[in-house]
Amino acid sequence: MADPRADQRLFFTELLGLKVFDLKGRTLGVVKDAAIVPLLDPVRVDRYLIGSGGAWLTVRHDQIRSVSLDGIRLRDEILTPYHSDEYMLRVVRDLLDQQIIDAQGRKVVRVTDVTFEIHQENGGEVLWVLDVDIGLRAIFRRLVQGVLPPRWIRRLQGGIPPHSIRWEFCNILEPDPQRRLRLNISNRLLEDMHPADLADIVEDLTPEHREAIFENIDSEVAADALSEVDPDIQASILESLETEKAAEIVEEMAPDEAADVLGELEQETSDEILEEMEHQPKQEVRELLEFEEDSAGGMMNTEYVALPETATVADAIVALKSNEELMETLNTLFLVDAGERLTGAVPLARLFLHDGATPLRSLAVDTLIDAPVTEHRDRITELFDKYNLLALPVVDEERKLTGVITADDIISVLREK
Amino acid sequence: MWKRFRYQIAVFFAVLGPGLITANVDNDAGGIFTYSQAGAKWGYLPLWTLIPITLLLVVTQEMCSRMGAVTGKGLSDLIREEFGLRTTFFLMTALVLVNYGNIVSEFAGIASSLELFGISRYLSVPLCAVAVWYLVVKGTYRSVEKIFLVSCSIYVTYIISGILVKPDWKQAVVYSVKPVLMLEPSYIAMLVAMVGTSIAPWMQFYLQAAVVEKGITAKEYVQSRVEVILGCILTDVVAFFIIVACAGAIWAHGPRDIKDAADAAVGLKPFGQYAFFLFSAGLFNASFFAACILPLSTVYTVCEGLGFESGVDKRFHEAPVFYWLYTFLIAVGAAVILIPGFDLVKMILLSQVINGVVLPFILIFMILLINRQKLMHEWTNSRFYNFVAWTSVALMIGLTMALVALSIQDMLRT
Repeated sequence: MADPRADQRLFFTELLGLKVFDLKGRTLGVVKDAAIVPLLDPVRVDRYLIGSGGAWLTVRHDQIRSVSLDGIRLRDEILTPYHSDEYMLRVVRDLLDQQIIDAQGRKVVRVTDVTFEIHQENGGEVLWVLDVDIGLRAIFRRLVQGVLPPRWIRRLQGGIPPHSIRWEFCNILEPDPQRRLRLNISNRLLEDMHPADLADIVEDLTPEHREAIFENIDSEVAADALSEVDPDIQASILESLETEKAAEIVEEMAPDEAADVLGELEQETSDEILEEMEHQPKQEVRELLEFEEDSAGGMMNTEYVALPETATVADAIVALKSNEELMETLNTLFLVDAGERLTGAVPLARLFLHDGATPLRSLAVDTLIDAPVTEHRDRITELFDKYNLLALPVVDEERKLTGVITADDIISVLREK
Repeated sequence: MWKRFRYQIAVFFAVLGPGLITANVDNDAGGIFTYSQAGAKWGYLPLWTLIPITLLLVVTQEMCSRMGAVTGKGLSDLIREEFGLRTTFFLMTALVLVNYGNIVSEFAGIASSLELFGISRYLSVPLCAVAVWYLVVKGTYRSVEKIFLVSCSIYVTYIISGILVKPDWKQAVVYSVKPVLMLEPSYIAMLVAMVGTSIAPWMQFYLQAAVVEKGITAKEYVQSRVEVILGCILTDVVAFFIIVACAGAIWAHGPRDIKDAADAAVGLKPFGQYAFFLFSAGLFNASFFAACILPLSTVYTVCEGLGFESGVDKRFHEAPVFYWLYTFLIAVGAAVILIPGFDLVKMILLSQVINGVVLPFILIFMILLINRQKLMHEWTNSRFYNFVAWTSVALMIGLTMALVALSIQDMLRT
């Protein structure tokens, strides 16, 4: 017992089956389960469910004088019979052996045990949930629980490395929307994650839980995460959602990604979702959907910045300001003539080296590389490799600029092979 | 209409894999030995069992794939969530033992099939063990699945060698539908062994996990079920040709016991190099294929049930238990084959015994789980299906218990 706080700790495996004594020290029963009521307090164990003879009784946290390995001593012995309470998160029923999301470790884990901390509150002792335990040490405790005395278990487990997740980083999974409200489950932790990490987690979950997450998180986060999810799973998620919610998410996605996702769906479903979308993104996605998946048209996106040939660096800066949402990934500007035909490409970085009056045409790359919408995917990846491109403009039969393929699209294509 | 149909076909190919692979791994080294033995000793008589075996196989496999598609969870996950850690732990320990025995017999199959081609086991077994390890650890799920599907098609060698032997087709057809029951103990033992090798504990876990991994949902379940049933039928078609080949080649010239599956291949030699070559190549393919699937399926099942990180897409330090157990199963499974004088027959009998002891528990857990409304919603078993399932389970338990008794008797004798 090197850890001085160890005495203040109690594992759920120890709490389970602990005897409960009344004021005169008589045994009332044993602990069968413990419940948190998240709406009242997110960490404190609010109720203890006691098995006494055939019936279950409820002990409120403020009826307890002390909690230790030797048992629970009450200070108020007027107990009420247990009747199901939907606002309770019960450890045995809802937590133990179930999957939760570890928001810090960014993965799905299975709860093996729970660690509590004993606190003083209004002259009595209460338990706060400290950690959720996973891994070997907790498995060992579960296996020998009730077989060996708790103090032996504590000593023996010392040799096994612990593996726990702080309670505040645990995201409980609950598919039922009503219960989510009653248990006060938010998605704040998930919304703060990187979309790619959230996508990985979502892939590990069951369809039911995926649906619950996408139904509830912010549409923008949902769109970012959905773009990163495996195509088969993308389709099944969108199909499981309400059409309105699905449309909201698809609207937030980049048009090329939206088109890719919708292309995976059954025609009927994708039409329904398109119908629900707002006009402008709907048009773009519709057009993109027309192209074959493995052609330049199917790969490109329509989020690019094009300027007239006559524009200057100052004009470019103005144009960029009005397309601020593209800034994270944009690296090339395109020049078009009066007929919207592609005439040049300007690497974004060159703008910084010249003053506002410089015509953009003088900054354009020497050799303009582009591809027709019908070009095959393999040829496109070849072009990227050969010319070390970051972005490739795509033109229609009249050489009008219709879209751009970026290096991240190519990486996805290559990874798929 | 055409579009709708095309979509259906696309979905069918998208769900292709789990059922076929599971069913084919079922015809592993142990299975081929059992079927060869049946044909060599009893000729065409045992063929009638294949239809009821197919039905049993369909009933159990269908339940697993349905659970996988509806819940999106593996069988070990469900057992953990519904029956707790201790139950899961004991079941997983038993499963590791059973599967370890099977892995050993796969490596034995690799050794004896390649020895027919004059390759020493001291060369073939270590090489194949490394290949198995590497293929799965370094490959992606999709590429590995493709290799497995190709491997499934190699089972066609058995069909060809069955034809090359020119068996008595009339008898083969007649006995396929005409049950022959005899109270001869060795005949009963053979029947029990045939059922026992067909339905193994690992299959239930593997199939359900593969359905989940493949992302098959309740919506695509209809196509998935077709694939699972198709797989079960193909397994027994292959079994049919193995029995027929041995009946035509060995039994017709004097019924006898064979030592191992390689012995059966040698028995095919008088019918030309091709029949011999195809039969032995098939044995190698089946053993190697099963040697890839079994260790992997075991570690996935165990890690998911007990909550350890798992997956070939994880790095070694991220999923240490997964990789260590995987490596251990392959290394120790292969090493045992190389110990001179190791009693392999006893080992295989022992693994059959544990197989028989574990299987009933798993089947019972499966039926209990599939009837939980909370998990399966409207996809629980119908009353009739439950009747069929419980009857099948009772039959399986009876037969496997008989197999256990016979194996123990054999072990005591040897």
